[in-house]
Amino acid sequence: MDFFVLSVLKALVVAGALMTSLAYLQWVERKVIAHIQLRLGPYRVGPHGLLQPLADVIKLATKEGIVPSHVNKPFYLLAPFLAVSLALTSIAVIPFGPEIEAFGVRTYMQLTDINIGVLFLLAISSLSVYAVTFAGWASNNKYSLLGGLRAAAQMISYELPLAIALAGPLLIAGSLSLREIVEAQQGVTLGILPRWMIFQPPAPQIFGFVIFLIAAFAETNRVPFDLPEAENELVAGFHTEYSSLKFASFFMAEYANMITMTAITTTLFLGGWLPLFPAEYGSNFVPSILFALLAAAALYHGLHPARRKDRFSLPVVALLLAAAAALFLIPIVQTFLLPLFWFLAKAGALMFLFIWVRGTMPRFRYDQLMSFAWKFMFPAAAVNLFASALLVALFAR
Amino acid sequence: MDVPLFLIFAAIAVACGVNVVVQRHPITSAISLIGVMGSLAALYLLLGGEFIAAVQVVVYAGAIMVLFVFVIMLLNAGAEGRSGRSWPVRLLGIPFLVLLLGLLSFVVQAYAPKTDRVVFGAFTSGGPRDIGKLLFTEYLLPFELTSVLILIAIAGAVVLARKEID
Repeated sequence: MDFFVLSVLKALVVAGALMTSLAYLQWVERKVIAHIQLRLGPYRVGPHGLLQPLADVIKLATKEGIVPSHVNKPFYLLAPFLAVSLALTSIAVIPFGPEIEAFGVRTYMQLTDINIGVLFLLAISSLSVYAVTFAGWASNNKYSLLGGLRAAAQMISYELPLAIALAGPLLIAGSLSLREIVEAQQGVTLGILPRWMIFQPPAPQIFGFVIFLIAAFAETNRVPFDLPEAENELVAGFHTEYSSLKFASFFMAEYANMITMTAITTTLFLGGWLPLFPAEYGSNFVPSILFALLAAAALYHGLHPARRKDRFSLPVVALLLAAAAALFLIPIVQTFLLPLFWFLAKAGALMFLFIWVRGTMPRFRYDQLMSFAWKFMFPAAAVNLFASALLVALFAR
Repeated sequence: MDVPLFLIFAAIAVACGVNVVVQRHPITSAISLIGVMGSLAALYLLLGGEFIAAVQVVVYAGAIMVLFVFVIMLLNAGAEGRSGRSWPVRLLGIPFLVLLLGLLSFVVQAYAPKTDRVVFGAFTSGGPRDIGKLLFTEYLLPFELTSVLILIAIAGAVVLARKEID
């Protein structure tokens, strides 16, 4: 098929999936936080609040977009645009699966594979500082300005350990292309562990992984590093003066950054689309078994209902889950659903970690944040890099 | 496809460069400078220097300019006022500018080496592997010397910024 048509199709699929998961990630976050705090969370719009994201989108889109009179208008309008466009760009180089063949077309499950993929991601993430900084400055509000300045300082500081921790997997894989990095993680090590970067000899990147994850929390301005929007000191930080869709853009950008960060972590450290154990040991049946177990549980609770309506709703859920289990057994669908399943399982686990941390950790103080970055994270990342470089030079290739 | 793209990005680079000087507000100048960096990166990409293009964005647009913007915001620098020009400047400014540009173009025409025209896509060794090899073999001494120079600059900045303790 024509390269252009194929690219447009892939872009549409990825963009659609990304936008939907953005909206539902917010629902998942509210639900998980609610259950951590012994609440129910969204429950009114649709079953278990499942239509809440849709309602939120409609609410934000139909609100009046106010531009305060005292702002610097060009920069004020540029900032949310910059935030959301940069946040959505990075997904273009993330590989979701290997080369697949469907309907006579061979293609990679990736929008584009560039040989400087990792650098591209770093470039995009280093530019996204501007969105927050400009938003804070252009709002002409002292709380916004403080938030913007905090964001700039924090993101520059944490970019350093992030980039250094990320150099470890690059050393082992010997490539900057994200697809080749994933392909370098195939196989088994020590007889049982997958050869993911966090386990791969000669230099397991477990410390690099932890440092990268902490820096990723700071780069996405998430708790415990959400100083730029610390609501008890700065009202809402850099987006205090924003409303309606302009506010929604910042919101979307935050969740898109979270998705990108988890996807990068999965790709670099957790073996991307590769399964937990090789197909010879039956990893192809893991999703089917998982969905079948869930279906059985739903069916059991449907037969012993706690409430009257459960008797009808839970068997339907069980049927859907059984259908998903059956879908994973069809050979032609398996070739692209299985990599996707493993990728999403790992990225989803990391995303749950992000939300979990938000539900459990208090916020840092500002001086703690800075001294943590420069006095602990940076030296630790540097030591990790030197040690891995030494091990790779001594034992690899 | 290459030539139109080159023209577009070269035009953006020049326009942003002029804008840096013309603008009266430091933040606007700074963002124009970011525009120059970005279009330069696109030009490098057109010439086949992927690594240089990415590093241009990461280092200049993403790190150095963020610090510029940070300092401008921290000092809360406002728009500069326009001072009145003295009569020699008003009278002789434009003739001297024309003279200087003419001289420059003459010198460039006369003394610049006559090289072949640039061919887009002819240069293929701009990947990170090639550049890393060159940096650590052929250009090792300049590379290490530059890093020592930067270290000295950092130490100097720390010494200058340190508060006097009596």
